[in-house]
Amino acid sequence: MKALLLRDIRLAVRAGGGFGLGLAFFLIVVVLVPFGVGPDSGLLARIAPGILWLGALLSCLLSLDRIFALDWEDGSLDLLATAPLPMEALVSIKSLAHWLTTGVPLVLASPLFALLLSLPSQGYAPLLMSLALGTPALSVIGTFGAALTVGLKRGGLLLSLLVLPLYVPTLIFGAEVARRGAMGLDFTVPLAMLAGITFGAIALLPFASAAVLRVNLR
Amino acid sequence: MELTVTGLSVARSGIPVLEGIDFSLQSGEALILRGPNGVGKTTVLRTVAGLQPPLAGKVGLEREAMAYAGHADGIKSTLTVRENLEFWADVFGTGSIDPALGAFDLAALSDRAAGGLSAGQKRRLGLARMVVTGRPVWVLDEPTVSLDTTAVGLFAQAVRGHLAAGGMALMATHIDLGLTEAHVLDMAPFRAKAPAHDDFDGSFL
Repeated sequence: MKALLLRDIRLAVRAGGGFGLGLAFFLIVVVLVPFGVGPDSGLLARIAPGILWLGALLSCLLSLDRIFALDWEDGSLDLLATAPLPMEALVSIKSLAHWLTTGVPLVLASPLFALLLSLPSQGYAPLLMSLALGTPALSVIGTFGAALTVGLKRGGLLLSLLVLPLYVPTLIFGAEVARRGAMGLDFTVPLAMLAGITFGAIALLPFASAAVLRVNLR
Repeated sequence: MELTVTGLSVARSGIPVLEGIDFSLQSGEALILRGPNGVGKTTVLRTVAGLQPPLAGKVGLEREAMAYAGHADGIKSTLTVRENLEFWADVFGTGSIDPALGAFDLAALSDRAAGGLSAGQKRRLGLARMVVTGRPVWVLDEPTVSLDTTAVGLFAQAVRGHLAAGGMALMATHIDLGLTEAHVLDMAPFRAKAPAHDDFDGSFL
């Protein structure tokens, strides 16, 4: 299992692995928003939590189809399915590798991007907390979507359509934590809900993803 | 150890292609599947390897005994030859990859990125993975595609070594490997009969 995790991270970091892609997309979204809505820093501060969460979600979406598609194309997925590794472990490792290469950089870069959108200073900690807690859910749910569409030619569009509705609860509670934090309000309830979604997804979805992947490999 | 396949029927994309296949394979034996394109050799191999369930019948050994090599080699082009093989050695929990590199004459290429290899070299890397798995039954689908005669010789030698060590090999191939001891099974007699309801329009005439 460690070997698979290390291989996936290594593949993501090497040339053509798409490691910086999500981060660059996030940066572009955050830089473009002030051009779109105008330089009013009061307005920017108000919409910053939502924009940051939306940007993180979309950059995460961008790299989802790579989770299984590349392994499917070169035949590794068939070979991994015959390896002494349960399919549930395989999909869990794949989502963990996706989170480490996409989610974690987004979380770490978010304070810098928040500065660009003039987020109020009390909002940084809740933003970081909500992203750190919410992005694993994005990766796990995305892995499920990727498992559903593996083997489809140009499955990327279908993947986005399938996954976006499933992302809605995470986005609502994640952005709510960041918004309340930025306004200096109490954010325990949405944070607890967000944690519930994440841990529920981590506990249940790998089984669904593994089942779907088994069917798709036939 | 013995691999027994009894009454195996397989389907491709939901259409039954072969039915009632019986064969058995002892330790140290090889079986070559023959048959025209599209007869279902790949489907049989994938079923035996446990990648898809059979329509009917039974495969006597568990999928944990099988090592499968399909049309694609599962090579990551940005990793080196050594890294590719070491990954599989780690996944299968086997030790050194040097015997596998030696068996397919890859030692000189081991630090090259796999993306820069020729088609035949990639195939050799894909086949070297079989040695690394340490599994008793090799299930090989057209293993000699894009190999030159020397490499085919290396491959035949690797298979012989595997059989001598008590392994088994099940493969679909059309070229003569010089494996005189291998049994040959023709797939054509096992072709599935068209089901009666297939002629849907005819039943209205």
